[in-house]
Amino acid sequence: MDKLCQDVACLAQEFRAQPYGRHSAELQRVLNRMRSEPFAGRHVLVQEHKGAPYRLARLGPTPIDPISYTGDTFVTLAEAEWAVFNLRWRSLFGRDLVIE
Amino acid sequence: MGYWDRFSARPGDAPELKVSVEDGSSDFRIELVRLICGDDGPNGPGFKAESITSEVNGVRPGHRQAIQAGSYVHIPNLQAIRGDAITLAALVMPTWIGKRTIQCILSRQHRSSEGVALMMDASGHGGIWLHDGEREVLVTCGAAMREGSWYLLVASFDASLRKVLILQRPIGGAHRIERDAIEEQSIDLHMPSLPAGVALIAARHDPFDGVVAHFDGRIEAPAFYGGALEIGQLSSLMHPFDIALQAIGGWDFSRHIGSADVADVSGNDSHGRCINLPARAVSGHAWRGQTTDWRTRPDLYGAIHFHCDDLGDCAWKTDVTWRVPSELRSGIYAARLTTDQGAEDFVPLFVLPAKGKNGASLAFLASTFTYLAYANSHHGYEDPLSEPAYGALLVLDRTDLFLKERRDLGVSLYDRHRDGSGSCYSSARRPILNMRPKRRIWNFNADLHIIDWLEENGIDYDIVTDDVLHEEGVDLLSPYRCMMTGSHPEYHTTHMLDAIEAWLGTGGRLIYMGGNGFYWKVATHDAHPGVIEVRRGETGTRCFEMPAGERHNQFDGEFGGLWRSNGRAPQGLVGVGFVAEGFDSCHWYERTSASFDPRAAFIFAEIGEQERIGDFGVLGGAAGLELDATDATLGTPAHALVLARSTGHSNVYLVTVEEMISTHPSVDGLDNPLVRAELVFFETPSGGAVFAAGSIAWAASLCHRQYSNNVAQITRNVVCRFLEPAPFATPK
Repeated sequence: MDKLCQDVACLAQEFRAQPYGRHSAELQRVLNRMRSEPFAGRHVLVQEHKGAPYRLARLGPTPIDPISYTGDTFVTLAEAEWAVFNLRWRSLFGRDLVIE
Repeated sequence: MGYWDRFSARPGDAPELKVSVEDGSSDFRIELVRLICGDDGPNGPGFKAESITSEVNGVRPGHRQAIQAGSYVHIPNLQAIRGDAITLAALVMPTWIGKRTIQCILSRQHRSSEGVALMMDASGHGGIWLHDGEREVLVTCGAAMREGSWYLLVASFDASLRKVLILQRPIGGAHRIERDAIEEQSIDLHMPSLPAGVALIAARHDPFDGVVAHFDGRIEAPAFYGGALEIGQLSSLMHPFDIALQAIGGWDFSRHIGSADVADVSGNDSHGRCINLPARAVSGHAWRGQTTDWRTRPDLYGAIHFHCDDLGDCAWKTDVTWRVPSELRSGIYAARLTTDQGAEDFVPLFVLPAKGKNGASLAFLASTFTYLAYANSHHGYEDPLSEPAYGALLVLDRTDLFLKERRDLGVSLYDRHRDGSGSCYSSARRPILNMRPKRRIWNFNADLHIIDWLEENGIDYDIVTDDVLHEEGVDLLSPYRCMMTGSHPEYHTTHMLDAIEAWLGTGGRLIYMGGNGFYWKVATHDAHPGVIEVRRGETGTRCFEMPAGERHNQFDGEFGGLWRSNGRAPQGLVGVGFVAEGFDSCHWYERTSASFDPRAAFIFAEIGEQERIGDFGVLGGAAGLELDATDATLGTPAHALVLARSTGHSNVYLVTVEEMISTHPSVDGLDNPLVRAELVFFETPSGGAVFAAGSIAWAASLCHRQYSNNVAQITRNVVCRFLEPAPFATPK
């Protein structure tokens, strides 16, 4: 693993340990990029009632279009954030996130 | 789902409930309840409501009630269109050609289907639609209009010559390279028979489907004429009212701008009325910045902006009328509606005490105008900036999904219309599905945390509301020694601020329980009961801003936007004002040296000197979401005590735009000291006082550890002292 990958893997570890709250400037920069992905097809969560699992879904091409579910569900928001972080990592860097 | 015909009622009033059953059930059950707590989340106190015995409780026949969204002008009695020729004309600026449907600009359709309409086809070509009772013809010109550009559109039909002539002329714009589009066609059609009857602007009345083919965009000076133009008469034509034919109707929208009325200036008195709140006081084709106040040059504001998702009033039939009993205590009530198929809705009604008969010395001011501003908001999942601003994945609940499908329920003041333009009106005469218990902790449901805490502490209170405060002014507050706001009292009219200031001037004690309060300026109009208007302008945290020249309200003509921009920043009223927001995590306050001032001793009774204030709560902390702080230059009194400041805010807590003269890189919770909430207290010269929490999340910490915590203790200390008659003394 080259230095860049080691560094970004640290950022991933930082996010996994604490998805919300204060982050390093480097991690925040990555998150800003991830959270600014095109709105069409953006990942969102659906929780139909309190306590229900979070269902991963994607927005349609326009606000009028329905969302589509990916089939993934999560018990906690932290799990969902981590899963989407991985998906976006692949999209952003062109390869899977691997943490040793 | 349903709505009451008003937000607020008093004993003896008879509010009417309108219900639509959406799941196909043949009946529904209604049960009146008094709401206490709406937080049914895993960290909350649970849903709490008290059943109310009432003759209206029981099973009722259910039916689905339709919503006719989309704005237009209704002209009830256009004179008969006789003769063999007709001309229709208007200045138009389409704003949503992309919806790719026929959009109608001006129409007269007889119930037998015969009719004529000036229209734009699905690709943006201007033209004319005709139906002579047997055949239907649509003729358009060869060029498409462009969104956001003005055109003079004229269409003539001469039945004696079987000829249609269309002109689509670009208007204004120094560098436009578009040319006139002129279409002349022969058609095999008779002149439609059109006796006197209804005409519409920005839509068409279909005999079977009702009002259809809504136009999205601006229209100015629409007109009908008897007779037809010839091609040689088009060369110098620049305005519909310059057509030298016999006028049948011509509507000047620059008259009666403040109202819903539309004036026919043809001399035939075929006046009309706006339906479903299209935007008025918007610039017309000739506006070039000559003024920014429509009252000084109404002729430059002769346009109306129509939207297919405007909604002023669902106008549903009444299902239940509830005579509010004279002995009923003031409270936040709701009609709980259920069906056998599992549907459930709560429709809140705020019940004030009978006039002049307050039941308590404490009033809770329910932020009905703020609830209305956010009504049926879509922006969370339609604004691409939501997720980076929230610092978390977007979470949609069942109501969001329903609203996403049901745009006919109208939009909030945070939404853009389908054509991308911002919404500046919100009506209470529709189901407001985010003003409900059991939803996310925001506004109405967050404010129920305060009600729950009052109930748990046995503190008597009356409910008062924004809408009644606006109507009755200081008289509403006069009976009360103390008033508490909700968690986010953001929207106020001039009359409301005047009333609160006047009441404080008589010794009133104000507890501002939230954050980002007293921020936006609201207008109302007698002709539009239940509707508020907000014009988002040059600054403020906003999802859009109104176009240039359109920051003066339609309803009262005043300059809108932030109260800060109008010289009445919230710091001058409650000591603090909005400085930053973030939504990923909430934090706590730390006491300052000022908290040990003897003047504040009553506030910190039973609070440890080193205690963090509010490092707990349903939201994780008492300082969060939207934060307020002091600013002497904006009016914080010199003797105000900053008792505590929040700390630890994250990277996604950002300074609000009105605090930045110019953008710069140090704007977040790590870098910028402005990102903090301040807990503030000060006395008023009349023996009253103000306490400000400065954070929306404050109220969500009250219930922590069975309501035994330092946020609850501080709030209780303040309420108890503020209810004592002994006047506060201002420091020397």
